[in-house]
Parts: sequence; structure tokens; C-alpha cells
Amino acid sequence: MIEIQNLTKIYGDTTVVDQVSMTVETGQIAALVGTSGSGKTTLLRMINRLVEPSSGKVLIDGEDTSRIPAHALRRRIGYAIQGHGLFPHRSVAQNIATVPALLKWSEADIRARVDELLELFQMSPAQFRDRMPYELSGGQQQRVGVARALAARPELLLMDEPFGALDPVIRAKAQQDLRDIQRRLGTTLVIVTHDMEEAVALGDRIAVMDKGELLQYGPPSEVLTQPAAPFVRELIGEGERPFRLLSLTRVGDIAKTGEAGGETIPAGASLRDALAECLWSGRSALPVEGGGVVTLDQLESRAAQASVA
Amino acid sequence: MARLLLAAAALFLVLFLASPESFAGLFRPFVTNNAPAIYTQTGLLSLTLSHLGLVGVAVLASTVVAVGLGILVTRPAGREFLPLARTVTSIGQTFPPVAVLALAVPILGFGAWPTLVALFLYGLLPIFENTLTGLTNLPPEVSEAARGMGLTRRQRLVQVELPLAMPLILAGIRLSAVISLATATIGSTVAAKTLGEVIIAGLLSSNTAYVVQGGLVVGLLAILIYEAFQALETRTARRIGLARR
Ligand SMILES: Nc1ncnc2c1ncn2[C@@H]1O[C@H](COP(=O)(O)OP(=O)(O)OP(=O)(O)O)[C@@H](O)[C@H]1O
Ligand SMILES: [Mg+2]
Repeated sequence: MIEIQNLTKIYGDTTVVDQVSMTVETGQIAALVGTSGSGKTTLLRMINRLVEPSSGKVLIDGEDTSRIPAHALRRRIGYAIQGHGLFPHRSVAQNIATVPALLKWSEADIRARVDELLELFQMSPAQFRDRMPYELSGGQQQRVGVARALAARPELLLMDEPFGALDPVIRAKAQQDLRDIQRRLGTTLVIVTHDMEEAVALGDRIAVMDKGELLQYGPPSEVLTQPAAPFVRELIGEGERPFRLLSLTRVGDIAKTGEAGGETIPAGASLRDALAECLWSGRSALPVEGGGVVTLDQLESRAAQASVA
Repeated sequence: MARLLLAAAALFLVLFLASPESFAGLFRPFVTNNAPAIYTQTGLLSLTLSHLGLVGVAVLASTVVAVGLGILVTRPAGREFLPLARTVTSIGQTFPPVAVLALAVPILGFGAWPTLVALFLYGLLPIFENTLTGLTNLPPEVSEAARGMGLTRRQRLVQVELPLAMPLILAGIRLSAVISLATATIGSTVAAKTLGEVIIAGLLSSNTAYVVQGGLVVGLLAILIYEAFQALETRTARRIGLARR
């Protein structure tokens, strides 16, 4: 668990992070969203003390981070930065092994861990282990950057727009993978993004920042249905709200008994996908894989919750 | 083509130094009054080796000191020494080596030492400046990652900063080596054993053949060393992905 208490950063006479308090439970994903310059990166960097707070504190599992030597703290916290930052003179394997090597793992353990992570990110170890960073595509570089951040099985992972450089298709895939990996490892994750869509797709909690202040912190459904400030409403995009809301729920969760014709839709698909399918195929109900149906009426009433709020 | 020329130059140099007399015909046209075409008072090979030795020792010393200074002034504790280090290395380069020799002889006596000191001072600047540039112009996200990953200051220097600055540092050493190679000839005015001896003997006895062969050997050495360093730089740069292909 990570507790941020009244965290503030002041440069000269501008306050770039202003009295932010929030708690991220173990194993949860908190997504920091906000416009450019709202202080997201600064807030993130105060967690591993790349930026020293002007006031306030950060507790990790109850332990005050200011009492831990900075380099020791950072070895416990995975960090994937805006623009990957791979070491250009080291191979993929050596890059991933950075923190385990600092922690003096045995060579066998390191090697096994590197291969495990490469497999996890669907990069065949035999093929990629010995490549240099410049021999990778942008997407592969970013995956290696994330693998490096995960290498020493950190309890906490910080990511600053890790998917910024990816095209929308690969990006959606990368988000899905990250979510799976995070669930499997039980890592607590704080991720910065300025894309509300990404925040909704990934976050268990969304933190909306504006001009250094934390405007709202809550589950995606709450942020979408009860935006705490006009700015949050704006960030979500008024017209997009019903769709964002639909994308939060899986078809399997609302399927009811009944019959419908045509192609089935996977239970794991989002309601947003189901709505698109209804409209596209002109059907008023879709059979759900594994039984049951989902109807257009259901979808509409779900979407309407966005405007009721 | 360039490689072929270099190989030819290297081969010529080796053969010439192994047996200078066989090339007497080549230098005959420069001789008047039946003077000897090849310098024989001291063996050309032994002069060349001693010349290279002087340059090697001087450049090594410049490298150690200049890289050390470069590291020192890029640490938080040493930052205040930057202006001083800049001044010292610039003076080392602008103060004429001949003047250094003149000043050093009364203190160090004749022989190799004054020349070593002159070459050492002369070679500091390029290595220092390149080290400085290399250590301060790292890609910001790489330094950030190194810090974020929990590398200590020393680990960052040894594992990240120096390897990435290496191509530039090597370029500095190359410049120093080539400059020193030419400058070392003046060492013979204060009795250091260098190829300058051949050139000076030529000047004193109006024997152009001596001047030409001394200059030729120094010139060829400079070209070969320049190219060798450049090959090494390219290889290091390629390894870190700076120069692709
Ligand atoms: N070292 C610094 N000195 C002075 N001001 C700074 C410093 N670092 C950041 N700032 C300022 O703090 C504010 C917040 O910066 P920050 O990098 O946290 O924004 P961000 O929300 O991550 O933006 P982006 O989405 O563009 O990455 C900006 O106005 C920035 O100019
Ligand atoms: Mg940022």
C-alpha cells in the first residue's frame, strides 16, 4: 500500500504539486490523468524521490520513504519512464538485468528472470536477449523498458506514459498485457497518462490532476458518472461519457437469459463493443458466448446513467 | 581503396624502417654535393621507437589527468573547479611547447623529461574538453533511468556515463596523439631522442633528403595512428548504437 500525504512541490514561487493526498491499495492500479504541465510526472517522481518533496510525505506499507537511502528505495520501486530510457550500450538482457545485478542476484537467477520476462512480453529470448536497444522497434524498446522496471519483482511500479510512442492498436494490446501481468504479479502500479481512455481502461482508481491539484480520486465509474469539477467533465469529453461508461463493464456481467440470433459476442467483450455490434449488424439483442443474451435496451439504459448523474 | 592506401603506407613504413639503406635511391634526388641520402648517425628505427615511446607516455599521462579532471568537475563536489580546469588546460595548449622546453631545461636538464612535460601540457586540452562534452551531454532519459533504477553516483559514472562518453574521449586522445607526434620533433633541440634529430641534422647540413625522410616517417605515423583511433572510435560508437551500420 502506498500513502501519499499532503505532498507538495514548489519551484521558486510556483507550486507544481499542491497538497496532494491519496492512497493506492496493494495490487491496485492508480492512473494519474491531467493536461500537460499539471504535475503528474512531478508527483510520480516524488514517490521514488527523483524529486525531493517540498513538504508532505510518502509511506510505502507504512514506512516513511524519506528515511530510506534514495538508491535503496529506488531499487525497490520499478520505474518505467516517458521514452523508455534504455541504456544504449547494453544488450536487452543486460538492460533488464540492471536492478537484479545491483541487488547481487546470482547469474543463474538473473538469466532465468530475463528469459521469463522476455517470454512474458512475447519476445523470444533466443532472438532478443543479445540484441542492442537500437536493433529494436519502438514498441519493443518500450516493452523492454517495462520488463526492466519489473525485473526485481518490485512491490511498487511507477510508469510515466509508457505507451506514449505506440500506435493505437499496439497500444491497446500493450495495455491489456500490462493489466494481465500486473494482476498476475499483484504489483501495485501508479501510471501517468494524459489519455482518459487509457486511464479508464487501466485504472482501478483514477486521479485527475489540474494545475498541481488533485481534483478527484476514485474508481472510473465514479469519475465518469459524478465528475467532481467542470474540468473533470471537460477532460472526459461530454459526448464520450456514455461510451466510456459502457467500456467499463463486460458483457458477461449483465447477460440475462434469453435467445437471440446471429453471431455470438465473447463474454469478455465490453458493453461498448456490444453496442457497436448491435448498431453495426442492426440487431436488438446479441447471443453471448457461453449462454444468455445482451439486449440493446440494456445497453441504452446503462449508457443513460452517464447523463443522469 | 582508402584501406589499400593505408596498408601500402604501413608496409612502406615498416620496410623503410627495417632497412633504410635499400631506399637510398628514393632520396638521392634531394641530395647535392654527393652527401649521404640516408641518415645513419642514429638508427632510424631506434629513433622512431623512442619518438613513439615519448609520445605514448605523454599522451597516457595527459589522458589520465584530463579524464580525471573531466570527471572531477562534473561531480557536484568538483563543479566549482570547472573554470580553473578550463584555464589550466587552455594555457597548456596555448603556451608554445618551445617555450615550455626553454623553461623546463634549467629545471629538468637536457633529455626526455622537458619534452615529456611539453607534450603532456599540450595534449591536455582536447582530451579534457571531449571528456567534459561526453559526460555532460548524455541523453537525459538515460541519466534519468540510471538514477531511477537506483544506481549510486559512482555506479552511474562507471556503468553508464563513461561508456557512453567513450567515443568522444577516444576522439580527444586521437587529437592529442596526432598533435604530439608532430610536436615531439622539437624535443631533439634539447637532446631527447626523436625523429626531430633527422630533420635538424638535415637543416644544419643543408641536406634536404634528411628533412624529407624525417618528415615522411612522422607524417606516416600520424596518419596510421589517426586511422587506428578512428576505427576504434567507430567500433565503440557502433557498439552503443550511436553510429549505425
Ligand atoms: N525542475 C523544474 N524546475 C522548475 N519547474 C519545473 C521543473 N520540473 C517541472 N517543472 C514545472 O512543473 C510543472 C509540472 O510539470 P510535470 O512534468 O510534472 O507535468 P506533467 O503533468 O507530467 O506534464 P506532461 O503531461 O507534459 O508530461 C510544469 O509547469 C513544469 O514546467
Ligand atoms: Mg509528464
